[in-house]
Amino acid sequence: MSGQDALFWIFALVVCTSAAAVVISQSVVRMAFWLIISLGSTAGLFFLLRADFVATAQLLVYVGGTLVLLIFGVMLTASGPFLSMKTSVGEATLAAGIAFLLLALILGSACSVDWAAVSAAAAKPQEFNPAQPTRPGFNSVDEGSTTHTLGFAFLGIRTDKDLGRKPTDAMGGQGALSTGYLLPFEIASVHLLVVLIGAAYLARAKRRLVSPKAP
Amino acid sequence: MNPILAASSIREYLAHSAAFQTLTGWLGDPGRSAAIGAALIHAVLILSFFGVAPLVFIWLERKVAGRIQDRLGPTRVGGRFGWLQTLADGIKLIQKEDLCPTAADQWLFRISPYLVFVASFAAFIALPFSNGWVVQNIEVGLFFILAVMSLEVIGVILAGYSSGSKWALFGGMREAAQVVSYEIPMAICTIIPVVAAGSLNLVDIGRMQSGWFWNWLVFNNPFTFLAFFVYFTVATASVKRAPFDLAEAESELVAGFHTEYSGIRWSYFFMAEYGSMFAVSGIAVLLFLGGWYTGLSLVESVGLDGTILGNLIGCAVFIAKSCGLVFVQIWVRWTLPRLRIDQVMMTCLKYLLPISCFLFLGATIWPLALYSATGQTSIWQPLGDRVWPPAVESPATTVEQPATSATAKTALLGLEGAQ
Repeated sequence: MSGQDALFWIFALVVCTSAAAVVISQSVVRMAFWLIISLGSTAGLFFLLRADFVATAQLLVYVGGTLVLLIFGVMLTASGPFLSMKTSVGEATLAAGIAFLLLALILGSACSVDWAAVSAAAAKPQEFNPAQPTRPGFNSVDEGSTTHTLGFAFLGIRTDKDLGRKPTDAMGGQGALSTGYLLPFEIASVHLLVVLIGAAYLARAKRRLVSPKAP
Repeated sequence: MNPILAASSIREYLAHSAAFQTLTGWLGDPGRSAAIGAALIHAVLILSFFGVAPLVFIWLERKVAGRIQDRLGPTRVGGRFGWLQTLADGIKLIQKEDLCPTAADQWLFRISPYLVFVASFAAFIALPFSNGWVVQNIEVGLFFILAVMSLEVIGVILAGYSSGSKWALFGGMREAAQVVSYEIPMAICTIIPVVAAGSLNLVDIGRMQSGWFWNWLVFNNPFTFLAFFVYFTVATASVKRAPFDLAEAESELVAGFHTEYSGIRWSYFFMAEYGSMFAVSGIAVLLFLGGWYTGLSLVESVGLDGTILGNLIGCAVFIAKSCGLVFVQIWVRWTLPRLRIDQVMMTCLKYLLPISCFLFLGATIWPLALYSATGQTSIWQPLGDRVWPPAVESPATTVEQPATSATAKTALLGLEGAQ
């Protein structure tokens, strides 16, 4: 077993056991703690896949988001200290049933992939890609190499698809150059801006200046 | 040059070192043994730095506080300057009883100091100490450091909540409100030099600032100059230092979130705090103040940049610069009065956030305006030209490509600013 495999099993075990602990725990704050551990280990799995940007976003958005959820959703709305949750047998059975159905779906799709072909394609030597720097001492396996490609794709340049293709090929019926993720990126950012403005509007101080009445 | 002398990282050094390879020959692949050896050496170096730096900073804090308050500070333990005072305190703290209040959520109460400690320590994984001297050179290093340092607050909040004490809960809540607000201007302020540099890799950003001090990103344009001061203010707040230390306001909340802690668990919070102070100062040095370069083009002009000797000098320069900023944080703490919680929030949301947004906008418009006026996007030498070694090299094997790919390649390289 290589070091990568060993790390994968460690992280995968931590993800699974802490996810189980989220379900088993009674206290809401302990649940949040286990969720943080589980999501943090998922970030570790992403780091193992060299997806450093996704892993860091996972740490910032999901783990940090859990924190905000914990504070503003749970602590400030709890009626007593150390709020705990008791589930009835019916609820637990229903939840377990749905969870096992989801597990079956994921296992089914994972088993249906021809992994030999995937690893053969991954082992193929890569062509030159200017979005992936090859400076001396740069080790894409360790340092993550997705960021440049991702950044270009957000700007609308798919270096993994379009490199070396003539723009005129589009007229020749081979399909247009890829647009990358520029449009979804813009839509998401405008959407977030709208949400921010809406939140600021809803949370504004609803006070009116009352003019002092003359006696 | 000799590959051992030219090695810019411990892993390269071990991979070329004959003595290490004969020692670890049983592991087989030289690359793997070098990776494992380098990982162990990095871990030991960073752990000892993380342990020793707080000892020095706490001693410095006492001395500086004493001098500012017209006292002497510690003078007895360890000779003339009392430099062993922190070690004596540490031994005392280990001996103290490890208390846990009956009203507390015992398990969370015991585990939360470690969360704070780990989050603060994880920031050092991606913090380069010199040209290539970094535990893990992550491509999104800056983003990673900001992400893990924002996790430190989880431990603080859990500590405050699980203590079963109202003082601690108030401290934790204040910390949550403060950190969630101050994260926004902090992220925007760190983005401003990133916009100028075009990279999130802290090693690359450091390399761009080689040469004379006007190459430092703080002097790159007026907006980065102002952003440095805003960043430093926000960073001071984000590591809950005075005048923003509302989470542990002694005058109102006994000791805030760590009211109920004692002994070694209490000291973990402080090790994390001083470690974070160094980490945010290190980010400021890397992003604005030239990283590990002296600013006088000494190491670079004799061609030592990137070698072992040059890196040793660079490491000393980086630590000295960062300790200088830590000293400023201590100085500010013992000079300014503590703000009220509403003043803390107002400073962030009404002043620092709009200022940083304005600076960000200015930093994006600046290169365009400069280009239309003078024909180049930076006042001095273009940043991409200064990177050593070149970020993008031509491919080792010539891949057969269509004729137009050459222009496409040049266009893409132009975006990286490397040619």
